[in-house]
Amino acid sequence: MNQSESGQSFSLEESAGYDRRILNYIQNAAAHGLYEIRGLGAKRRLPHFDDLVFLGSSLSRYPLEGYREKCTTKTILGTRFAKKPIELEMPITIAGMSFGSLSANVKQALGLAATEAGTSTTTGDGGMTSEERLSSKTLIYQCLPSRYGFNPDDVRKADAIEIVIGQGAKPGGGGMLLGQKVNPRVAEMRTLPEGIDQRSACRHPDWTGPDDLTIKIQELRELTDWEKPIYVKIGASRTFNDVKLAVHAGADVIVLDGMQGGTAATQSVFIEHVGIPTLAALRQAVEALEDLNMKDHVQLIVSGGIRTGADVAKALAMGADAVSIGQAILMALGCNSETYIQNETHHSAIADYNALGTAPGYCHHCHTGQCPVGVTTQDATLEKRLEPQVGARRVKNYLQTLNMELTTIARACGKQNVHHLEREDLVALTVEAAAMARIPLAGTSWIPGYSNF
Amino acid sequence: MDSVIFDLSQTPLREVNQFLHHNANGKPIKILNPNGAHNIAIGLDSPISVEIAGHVGYYAAGMNQLANVTIDGNAGTGVAENMMSGRVHVKGFASVSAGASAQGGLLIIDGNASLRCGISLKGGDIVVGGSVGSFSAFMAQAGRIIICGDAADAIGDSLYEAVIYIRGTVKSLGADAQFEPMSETDYQTVGELLAKAEFCHDPKEFKRIASAKQLYHWNADANQEY
Repeated sequence: MNQSESGQSFSLEESAGYDRRILNYIQNAAAHGLYEIRGLGAKRRLPHFDDLVFLGSSLSRYPLEGYREKCTTKTILGTRFAKKPIELEMPITIAGMSFGSLSANVKQALGLAATEAGTSTTTGDGGMTSEERLSSKTLIYQCLPSRYGFNPDDVRKADAIEIVIGQGAKPGGGGMLLGQKVNPRVAEMRTLPEGIDQRSACRHPDWTGPDDLTIKIQELRELTDWEKPIYVKIGASRTFNDVKLAVHAGADVIVLDGMQGGTAATQSVFIEHVGIPTLAALRQAVEALEDLNMKDHVQLIVSGGIRTGADVAKALAMGADAVSIGQAILMALGCNSETYIQNETHHSAIADYNALGTAPGYCHHCHTGQCPVGVTTQDATLEKRLEPQVGARRVKNYLQTLNMELTTIARACGKQNVHHLEREDLVALTVEAAAMARIPLAGTSWIPGYSNF
Repeated sequence: MDSVIFDLSQTPLREVNQFLHHNANGKPIKILNPNGAHNIAIGLDSPISVEIAGHVGYYAAGMNQLANVTIDGNAGTGVAENMMSGRVHVKGFASVSAGASAQGGLLIIDGNASLRCGISLKGGDIVVGGSVGSFSAFMAQAGRIIICGDAADAIGDSLYEAVIYIRGTVKSLGADAQFEPMSETDYQTVGELLAKAEFCHDPKEFKRIASAKQLYHWNADANQEY
């Protein structure tokens, strides 16, 4: 029962199928005749790492002293064929995000933070900027379908190459960069006219299937005299088969991006309705590697909704060698924050969120290029809201926190090395998570669809 | 200067490519018995001449910078893909994606080129003596493609600033591609590129295809053509 203003009571029943969100969607579609484009990742609730917990040590397992005993986080990627594998201080890397979607200041901040934390950054759909190469000690260079700015000099400057097949937010789709963000420098790097609405290719121009990919990988190895690791990044869909094919094609490292992974701009229907959750994809990827007897020969990096040290620990326990973070890194920089920091002072950004029709905590307007906190913008005024040194400090702090949380959990599970975390350390809290992660429901030995009681 | 000769039936490809990267020192190179091997002469970055005596597989002369590579035979997928500068000459036919995403340099194909010739082109020039397959110049962003023969379906689909000059017939134009009148500059461009490729056609026989630029911006009424 509801009360009207006049005090009269009447009954309002909202439809489950046609709730206010769907009504809004239908009315928007009717008004504009064009789908919605937005940034970031899936917003719907999905089975995720939150649905798992660690068992920790007790009588049957022996813990390590949380503040004293060593627990290493060193991570080595690309040991299969490359002469110079990637050596990192932590199993937490920064995901590929383009200069174009992000400002040059942000790319520089990420490089500085990663260098200090001992991890890597990754270029994106738009080539390598000098700021990024100079600031990032370990830089992974993406080879994408669009090949914007892709050139052999930058391949030689990179520490590893990542061939991007797809992205968790949009497996089967190419990138997008709306005209507002295609400023003169971005346009030049991508060989495009300034201000156009750029829609990147979704397929590579010079290869199509897995057999072609094998030869493409060899080409990049020949170019780099077999020195640099070759990563292959896939969006999570038919993960078991895709991982097998990527391994067969000769990848040193698989980068697996689940559907919670972010994007700078994509149709929201794509973000919410294509791809599978990180939890399910990770389990399939690990199974594929085990099936091929390639676990620990080919390393696995997982991304798509990694936010906390617990998420990192759970990903590692399920069989990942490292994680990669995009959206949460942007949030560490101030994405969706009420204020931005300029000249050592906090300034309110709320009016600018409102001008975009949103508010802190809800913003996904990366595609507009009008980021109120200066992260996903090419606007000369807005980009100054993210100062590289401030951003670098915040990202470094964030990475350090995750790494400390990770070792806290590892020690509690009695591990001297975070890579020793194992599936046996985990149980699931929901039936869905148990089935997808193939981890028993807490207090039982039941894995739905896999084992009997 | 005497050529350095490699026989791919004797020397592993990896050794040959590493020599080309680090030890060529300007010497002309001849590669015998390629037998369709993939990835021959990848990533050259000095002004050397390389002659490959026979057919090559995928990505021959890929990502070339400065070098002058001649293939005395047919070329597989992606010949001279992502070329930055220099010159690659295929004396036979070329398979799919010839000159894909090339940012500079000149690719000459004496025979026909298959599907997607010049896909994603970013500033390089391609001259094809024969005809090209469907979806050639797909999403080509910059650069010029000269086709002395005919084009199959959907030539120039989703073009940006790249320009196509064609002498023969076009089965169909791709989305947003259109014929445009030839200007004096166009005739001059065609004449210069034909001369570089050593083809003797009259530039007056060529027609220009470029982007109608209707897909440069989102358009709610475009009926999903993009």
